[in-house]
Amino acid sequence: MPSFIMSYLGSTVTPGEAGNQFWALMYVLIIFAGVSVAVMAMNWLERKALAHFQIRLGPMRVGPHGLLQPIADAIKLMLKEDIIPANADQFVFWVAPLIGLLAAFTVYTVIPFGPSQAVSDMNIGILFMLGVSSLGVLGIVVAGWASNSHYPLIGALRSGAQMVSYEVAMGLAVVSAILMTSLKTGTGTLSMIGIVQSQQQQSVWFIFKFFPLGFIAFGIFAIAMIAETNRAPFDMAEAESELTAGYHTEYSGLRWSLFMLAEYATMIAVSSIAVTLWLGGWMRPFPNLLHAPMWDFIFSLFPGLTFLCLATIAFIGTARMPAHSFFRIQRIGLAVFAALLGFLALLLLVIAVAGRSADASLAARFNEGIGYVYWFVLKVAVFMYLFIWYRATWPRYRFDQLMRIGWKVMLPISLGVLVVTAIVGVLVS
Amino acid sequence: MSSHTNDTTNDVSSRALSNLDLETPAKPYLDSNELIINMGPQHPATHGVLRVILKLDGEKVLGTECVIGYLHRGVEKIAENRTYAMFNPYIDRMDYVAAVSNGLGYCEAVEKLLNVEAPRRAKYIRVILTELNRIASHQLWLGTHALDIGAMTPLFYTFRDREEILKIFEKYCGARLTTHAFRIGGCQYETYAGFEKEVKHFLTYVAPKIDEYEALLTTNRIWLERTKNVGMISAADAIALGVTGPVLRASGVQWDLRKAQPYAAYSEFDFEIPTGENGDTYDRYLVRMAEMRQSLRIIEQAVNRIPEGPIMAKVPKVIKPPVGEIYHSIEAPKGELGYFIVSDGSTQPYRVRVRPPSFVNLQALDRMVRGLLVADVIAVIGTIDIVLGEVDR
Repeated sequence: MPSFIMSYLGSTVTPGEAGNQFWALMYVLIIFAGVSVAVMAMNWLERKALAHFQIRLGPMRVGPHGLLQPIADAIKLMLKEDIIPANADQFVFWVAPLIGLLAAFTVYTVIPFGPSQAVSDMNIGILFMLGVSSLGVLGIVVAGWASNSHYPLIGALRSGAQMVSYEVAMGLAVVSAILMTSLKTGTGTLSMIGIVQSQQQQSVWFIFKFFPLGFIAFGIFAIAMIAETNRAPFDMAEAESELTAGYHTEYSGLRWSLFMLAEYATMIAVSSIAVTLWLGGWMRPFPNLLHAPMWDFIFSLFPGLTFLCLATIAFIGTARMPAHSFFRIQRIGLAVFAALLGFLALLLLVIAVAGRSADASLAARFNEGIGYVYWFVLKVAVFMYLFIWYRATWPRYRFDQLMRIGWKVMLPISLGVLVVTAIVGVLVS
Repeated sequence: MSSHTNDTTNDVSSRALSNLDLETPAKPYLDSNELIINMGPQHPATHGVLRVILKLDGEKVLGTECVIGYLHRGVEKIAENRTYAMFNPYIDRMDYVAAVSNGLGYCEAVEKLLNVEAPRRAKYIRVILTELNRIASHQLWLGTHALDIGAMTPLFYTFRDREEILKIFEKYCGARLTTHAFRIGGCQYETYAGFEKEVKHFLTYVAPKIDEYEALLTTNRIWLERTKNVGMISAADAIALGVTGPVLRASGVQWDLRKAQPYAAYSEFDFEIPTGENGDTYDRYLVRMAEMRQSLRIIEQAVNRIPEGPIMAKVPKVIKPPVGEIYHSIEAPKGELGYFIVSDGSTQPYRVRVRPPSFVNLQALDRMVRGLLVADVIAVIGTIDIVLGEVDR
């Protein structure tokens, strides 16, 4: 078995490409677990960040600083009564959340966390990703339909219309990024890994390519992806103050939580597309400019230092907790959590130091992989924060206004950007 | 069913039943008909227990019908077997976010009936507390209205600042919401030590906060799109429907009872009546924001010039107004709040009739939302600023 593992670790291709079933399965499991944990973390972070935007504390009771709140919520949702309305279409009602969940998680098969840190390197990766991620809307539409209730129906209709208006602009923005991949080599690529690699070859993130063309395309995508995931200010499909809960009004318990899981997983997925297409995917800042081994080493310290920062924050939080005996268990819990983060930081720093030589040793491979995943996750995290920030700041668009912006503003702009990008590309090369 | 003919074309719910008519000829396969939706009484954005039956074509509103009464407690009937003084606290339970204004209207109405006048100091205290309450009411309106339109954060900002007002109320009379602050003939309580200082501090505290709310909303593109030209009502329509308060003023009518028929000590203060032009949701928003600033002006003048003296007029222990009737109205935060009291000379009113601004303003809902979308209904319910406790009484 160790040689089996080592054979993969020595290779530089994705498990899918290498035909390595074992590692492909491992990756799927790791991603499934990782995304689920990320969704839980996101749940906590959103509540905390939103609370601090709104001058309140957010969850504080379940665990220190509410750290265990997502777990408590998950348990609560699993134990809740699972209601299927009498007049609902039972089978479709049952299957709707699964469609959304399936679509959300399937997308991750082509997301490259690193040049070989992906389940597969599909040659039509981005196309596959767009297709599958828009399938998630089917789950929402079907849920609204199957509920056999007015508010969910309206929510589903809104969601369907919203998807139709934004998918086009989104697709065109993506195409203009794909056009850019063909600049140096003459042949473009739809492979997610290929897109990042061509950004490396051209020494520029596509967001800065042909400024402001890349930036506009990125902006279009950034807006469309909020609409795609039904998040504020485009959260018309669930619009709490209008449609009570929109498409999931009739859902409860575990089924409802599957919708939430799908929503957050989709948010991470579309952010990953944006990061891959425009923000250089797994690449650390300035990989070509600052390419000396010294710089490699400095940047490889970042993951460890980040965890060290988190550990320090947690330790400070422990020290600042009131000295009352009521908080004793919470204090111990937070201290343990901080120690855990500190241990992780230490581990990462050790790996960074041990693997600083650029040979094919296990430590060096690990070091490299951690760096890729770290920068990728960091960029995605920025988008996650933006999602929360938008939600805290903006009112909700109205249904017709959203359609108008989609068709009359974003579609022409993205078309224009596509055409101009093509012209500039031809002129430059 | 065939004998069942339905003429009440305006009654939305019976229309829905008539759709079940079995005698009607077979319809084409792909049939389209109107959607009848109950919005409320349990709904996150109907501000309590308002039920609106919506007739929709897709999302377009073809008609609405308000069903009210879910919070009916018979306040007016209760008045008939309580003494005048005993009824006073019940008044607070109508518009519970502007309880001080309610009490002021009632006390002044009974005082008029008794033909007594509150001392000048009492009047000043009344003005200060009532205007503070107007700000609190508008803050609550702003927070919930913004929440209805999808902006969550202003709600928390307004509640933070409204808390300061409630603290002043609590210190003055011990209650935060249903204050029972005034008595017939004046005020029960003298101001507490440091009252003036705290009110002045509040004035300097809240003025920049109002700018803060405006920074979030006034020039926000989404806010403008959601509120401009939404829920328009012309001045003529508003007057015909009896609409009062900020909703009327946003349509361009400069009508404010504090100026038109000054009560309490309002004639002694210098303030403006903010008005709008278009009568849309955005103008109503601007009018209320300006009103908060005008209230600050009034409070500032009042607290600087508050006279010394008694706070209670000579009112008999047992209040027995002479036989007669009185109508007295004040400018509550939501509009004209009127009390019609009939006295038969006994210790209990023969009849009390309240003209609640929310109830009358709510009538304009149908006129405002016809032809708009579902999302606008929510925005318009918010902008009318209703309190169901007052609508249903």
